Amino acid sequence: MAEDLRRRRFLAYLVAAPTLAVAVQWLDPQRADAAVPTLPQPEEIFDLGDLQNLAAAPTANLVSVQVNPDGTASFAVPRAEVGQGITTAVAMMVAEEMDLPLDKIHVSLADARPELLMNQLTGGSNSVRSIYTPVRTAAAIARQRLVDTAAKQWGVSASDLTTSGGVISHPSGKTATYGSLAVAAASSTVQAATVQLKSTSDFKVLGTPQNRIDARDIVTGRKTFGMDMQVPNALPTMVRRPPTINGTVRSVNNAAAVLAMPGVTDVVAVSHGVAVRAQTFGQCIDGLRALDVSWGPGTVDGESDATVLAKLKAAELPMVVPGLLTQVLDAEFTFAFASNSPLEPDNAIADVRKDSAEIWSSLKVPIVAQEDIAAQLGLPVGAVKVHVAQGGGSFGRHLFHDVAAEAAEISQKLGKPVKLMWSRTDDFRQGRTHPMCTSRVRVTYALGNVVSYEQRHTSVQTEFSHGLGEMLTSFAAKLPIAGNLSFAESIFLLTQSSPYNFGVTTQLLNEIPVKFNTGSMRNIYSPNVVTAQELVVDQLAAKMGKDPVSFRRSFLRDARVKAVFEKAVSVGQWGRALPAGVAQGIAVHSEYQGAVCCLVEIDCRPATVNRPVTDGVTGPRVTKALIVVDPGFAVNPRGLEAQMIGGMNDGIALALTSSLHMKDGLPLEGSWDNYFYTRQWNTPLDMQVVIAPSGGDPSGAGELGVAPAMAAVACAYARATGTLPTYFPINHGTLGFEPYPAEPSTPQSPTNGLDS
Amino acid sequence: MSSHTFVLNGERVTVEVADDVRLLWVLRDLLGVTGPKYGCGLNVCKACTSHINGKAFNPCSVPVSAINADDEITTIEGLPATVGKDLHPMQEAWLEQDVAQCGYCQPGQIMNAVALVRRVRAEGRAITDDDLDQIRNICRCGTYSRIRTAIKSGAANM
Repeated sequence: MAEDLRRRRFLAYLVAAPTLAVAVQWLDPQRADAAVPTLPQPEEIFDLGDLQNLAAAPTANLVSVQVNPDGTASFAVPRAEVGQGITTAVAMMVAEEMDLPLDKIHVSLADARPELLMNQLTGGSNSVRSIYTPVRTAAAIARQRLVDTAAKQWGVSASDLTTSGGVISHPSGKTATYGSLAVAAASSTVQAATVQLKSTSDFKVLGTPQNRIDARDIVTGRKTFGMDMQVPNALPTMVRRPPTINGTVRSVNNAAAVLAMPGVTDVVAVSHGVAVRAQTFGQCIDGLRALDVSWGPGTVDGESDATVLAKLKAAELPMVVPGLLTQVLDAEFTFAFASNSPLEPDNAIADVRKDSAEIWSSLKVPIVAQEDIAAQLGLPVGAVKVHVAQGGGSFGRHLFHDVAAEAAEISQKLGKPVKLMWSRTDDFRQGRTHPMCTSRVRVTYALGNVVSYEQRHTSVQTEFSHGLGEMLTSFAAKLPIAGNLSFAESIFLLTQSSPYNFGVTTQLLNEIPVKFNTGSMRNIYSPNVVTAQELVVDQLAAKMGKDPVSFRRSFLRDARVKAVFEKAVSVGQWGRALPAGVAQGIAVHSEYQGAVCCLVEIDCRPATVNRPVTDGVTGPRVTKALIVVDPGFAVNPRGLEAQMIGGMNDGIALALTSSLHMKDGLPLEGSWDNYFYTRQWNTPLDMQVVIAPSGGDPSGAGELGVAPAMAAVACAYARATGTLPTYFPINHGTLGFEPYPAEPSTPQSPTNGLDS
Repeated sequence: MSSHTFVLNGERVTVEVADDVRLLWVLRDLLGVTGPKYGCGLNVCKACTSHINGKAFNPCSVPVSAINADDEITTIEGLPATVGKDLHPMQEAWLEQDVAQCGYCQPGQIMNAVALVRRVRAEGRAITDDDLDQIRNICRCGTYSRIRTAIKSGAANM
């Protein structure tokens, strides 16, 4: 209760659109012995997940568990499954509270449900946090109702009945399966019911390592992703795209000739390109490449890395602390554009008729997609059905419904169903990006204490027009006055906090409104903000004559962060002897109500850096990686470990190899051999995850590992090479590939596939 | 339009399609075999990896006309039948290690792993870290370490 009151109080804080003046006021002169304490920042008290939880509260009870006559239970989860394992976690919650085996639970992805308002957004590592209690409550009430029904039928007391494995038993020997009671237990009226949930100590499923419920379908090729769905007559469709981001079509000069090509059924101009529909995707590629199109300008023509960086520098907010009576450490870091493209390219099926439309796509915010697409098509919202497909990854990409909207536009113009796929090159060049940004840090210190820590993060705007799940907040993010920046500032404040007692601490965001296609990438601001912070912490430690670990030990202020940190120091053998050119790095992070520490070892010796790999970046190798995570309660330790491993590989990529090079209004990257996400030759040979739960409710997990992983790799690199990296990823300055031409927008498939 | 015949997962199939259409689209769009995935169409990501006569190849980059009538194409759907079981030992290993996250790359990863074990075995040696480092298949979820463990344990049961 006290917790709730505390949170409610801090809601008002959020609505007031907080500034960081509060942190400036707090300086405790009594504590000269140790670190100068820092006022709790907003993220620690009321974070993004709390905001989403609160937004979800009024409608969370509408999610329901269904018991089927065959003894199984079904639950349509109002979330996207994109690899993070939410369907498995939900099945475990149902299994636990119903006393039903895991393999008797079917979890599907709910269609867009406008009545759920803000409770249908998959993001912010919030899914488990927001549905943990509602799903268990629904399952527990289902079990209770089955027990009550059996008690009534048998004329016994419900308290004498026990449940196990989907069977209800009475001491007399009577038994009934859930399936046999599924009809009798049904209610014809709406009734309120209350139930007591199991206590953590009684859990048999939750908290135990479980494999993914879709693992068998995956390894047999049976899992049906959006790309694999078949809708009658929804033929393959692709788009010839402009040579600059968001370019437009002036004229199509040879539509008839392309229409006559083998397999091609339709050619039509749309907002940002020319669509080609054909019998196979291969013939779409042939057709779109043969098109002769005159293009209009895009939204960022002429913008390149250097021009964007100049704009960012001009927009950087000033530091406040002058540092006249103290020593000052100033640092500035630049982070290149990055792609959140998953392996499955953007795709959607659309079947738009005169009075209705049906859409299939992997969507993390399906209600906004439904409402936007309805408006675009000129149809009432209720006439547009939006189905959420299984996604082959997301990393933030599926917060947006660009591909679904484009499929709807094409289908409406053609009057035919289409299965639209963006090519790999489209995904990198015209898809959403993590925006380029800079992070400046100024630290002042005196007499063994850190007096102030200021961080000024400046970014090309991160688009949040998907809001928190429905049109109300989506619309707020588009308003010119409140607008994207204040929404982004709120998100920034709700996700960022410094884990150190560094006295006066301010972390501020400014954005520049340059019209790239941006969006949240896994862990949004944190990987960049934390990397800048941890590199500065290591510099500060050196200036103050301390080892990175003993320095952090003195200044870390949160007990949970301290605990994962100490565990990592001991398990990872901090300080063990390593050859020259090989070094350890350590970084901490706290977000989503979880705490995490990453310790890595990186090999920067020439023999490793210069390993030859055809069409790939080698460079320094993280040979050993350890993540210690305190998730509060680990719903599925095996899934949590998987998320940490993924976060580690993301962090390695962001620190060392993966970025987009913006040139004349278009990224140069067009394939996975241009955009260097971590490959087998970059991944740690020794990867270890330690789960150290401190108790309480589960934290968010999907994004938690990325920031500390990137930061630890950066810190290790700095220590191994003796140079402070200031531009990320570290290989961004070297273009390691020959770019595909800007036109035609999709390269032809080669013919060398037999030589693999 | 011309006629193309080959053996797909143990059965002879014939399709009518232009010569230069890549085999991936013949499998996915015309024959409805969706285990091999499109991740780039550039012979880079390897998500479509399948077997031709037991050897790994990438159908996104092979015109259907390059496939001969007696060529045996095996996709992930046909892999268990090659050992006469419900699951190939490599698929079992993938389940034991709970390798997959989103799962999109995993059919290609498994097909590549099986071919890798066969190739290394034909060379009369065991799989090394170097062999694993040379795998090009992308996993954007970053499941690499579990893939490495699974390949080693799957190889032991092959």
